[in-house]
Amino acid sequence: MEKSERLVENAASLSRNAKALAEQADAVLAQANQVAIQVVSSDGDLFVYFLMVFVLACFVGYYVVWNVTPALHSPLMGVTNAISSVIIVGALIAAGPESISLSKAFGFIAVVLASINIFGGFIVTQRMLQMFKKKK
Amino acid sequence: MQENYSAFAYLVSSVCFIMALRGLSSPVTARIGNIYAVIGMLIAIGTTLSAPQVLSFSTILVGMLIGGAIGTVVALRIQMTALPQLVAAFHSLVGLAAVFVAAAAFYQPEAYNIGVYGDIAIASLVEMSIGATIGAITFTGSIIAFAKLQGLMSGAPVTFTGQHAVNGFVGLVIIGVIVLLCTSQSAFPFWMIIILSFLFGFMIILPIGGADMPVVISMLNSYSGWAACGIGFTLSNPALIVTGALVGSSGAILSYVMCKGMNRSFISVILGGFGGESAAPAGTAAHGDKTVRPGSAEDAAFIMKNAGSVIIVPGYGMAVAQAQHALREMADVLKAEGIKVRYAIHPVAGRMPGHMNVLLAEANVPYDEVFELDEINRDFASTDVAFVIGANDVTNPAAKTDPSSPIYGMPILDVEESGTVLFIKRSLSSGYAGVDNELFYRDNTMMLFADAKAMCENIVKAMNDM
Repeated sequence: MEKSERLVENAASLSRNAKALAEQADAVLAQANQVAIQVVSSDGDLFVYFLMVFVLACFVGYYVVWNVTPALHSPLMGVTNAISSVIIVGALIAAGPESISLSKAFGFIAVVLASINIFGGFIVTQRMLQMFKKKK
Repeated sequence: MQENYSAFAYLVSSVCFIMALRGLSSPVTARIGNIYAVIGMLIAIGTTLSAPQVLSFSTILVGMLIGGAIGTVVALRIQMTALPQLVAAFHSLVGLAAVFVAAAAFYQPEAYNIGVYGDIAIASLVEMSIGATIGAITFTGSIIAFAKLQGLMSGAPVTFTGQHAVNGFVGLVIIGVIVLLCTSQSAFPFWMIIILSFLFGFMIILPIGGADMPVVISMLNSYSGWAACGIGFTLSNPALIVTGALVGSSGAILSYVMCKGMNRSFISVILGGFGGESAAPAGTAAHGDKTVRPGSAEDAAFIMKNAGSVIIVPGYGMAVAQAQHALREMADVLKAEGIKVRYAIHPVAGRMPGHMNVLLAEANVPYDEVFELDEINRDFASTDVAFVIGANDVTNPAAKTDPSSPIYGMPILDVEESGTVLFIKRSLSSGYAGVDNELFYRDNTMMLFADAKAMCENIVKAMNDM
């Protein structure tokens, strides 16, 4: 009888220990997260990585655009105009939260402006390209 | 894991954008290219919408519907002659959107993982400021360009003494305020940067004259890309960085091509003061003793009907007179007679890069009859008739012979080497560069003084009567 009582007590203390341990682990995890966020927001490595992306993209842009035939320079402006409105991704994140805030309002305006450009840019480009026809 | 998926999706979207530009290397593949661009945009937007912090879809949908409706209506209604204004207006919107996104990131940095309000990472603040500055400059600069192109304000350059010093000062102040923003983290310097950049945008485009508009439009195109890039760095978004870089380099290359077409350095365009009604006429006093040979529509019809080949040189005057359709009818009559008809396009003809090609395409001119300067310039010597409609400075032989001319060194179409030059013009006035064209007084030139559209219609009538 006594034995079993002690056993129960032991089990209880064990579970308490386990719980404490789990809590500690949680805390450690939270700390690790914090560190990870700090690493990300300190921007060190990430900046270099994005700089690399940027420079390579400039080179790609340079060579691709030189290949564009001069006859299509106007559609080129139309389409670059439309794709530069991919800035809408920033606007969507700002307009995303449920709560009303100044930044949500800014985000909303930016969504409207970028949408004008996306729709307008693609449609006007398509209109231009539709007109370029071969001799029949 | 979510982050890896979205990074991959942004990569696919960037590749789509690259494919879109790649498609423009030929009219055959261009339409598929545009579809790639649309797909890229859909992927980018879809990826962002699936991010955990994006919840209020109704707000977003309303915003996109409003913007989409406006954009669609405008794009469907716009006349192709008004394309440059439209593009300028669109650039201004990208610039303003960049400013608003930067402001949103400033007030709620948590959403973008760049710190908390009042304690934003310095690097992010700098990137944000650069994006906002370029965006604001693009916005006001494009508004001025729009006003000049739409005729809401004079195309003449607005200059005053000490202008460059003032501009330089404003630029330095902006940099100073960015430093202040990084140290104080407060809203006041942030808005100061925006206001000063708005001012800077006005100031740098005002002194640039109407003749340089193709460069200005390309330049603003480039700026809108760099603004997107700056914001892309702030948000750590690769799709935005890649797209911004593509657009930025595209605009820069177009600016370079336009400058080369006018034999002007990029710096001198930026410094401005060239072109417009007030530009000093270089040789107008000289044409008192020279004679021109005026002709009628019948004369022109007779000359062309007896020619074996005709090269048409269109310029902005054709767009202003909306003469592209009448011109194509004239070309059709000539082709029916078995006469070889081609079109020669100067790089800076029109008010934006490639503007003439679009106008001719609109009038159903097949693109394989349209040639660039390098492709066709040699053929003028073996051509019977050069038909110049609405172009002027780009045909001026002074660019080759007269080192004192303001357009000396500019590549021109050698129309004077053809058998006969038919030159449609309303008067003997000089072109945008304010230079008299000695071509008017050549023996083989016949001046057709009339509105471009009316003249083309009369020539068609005269040819049909013969």
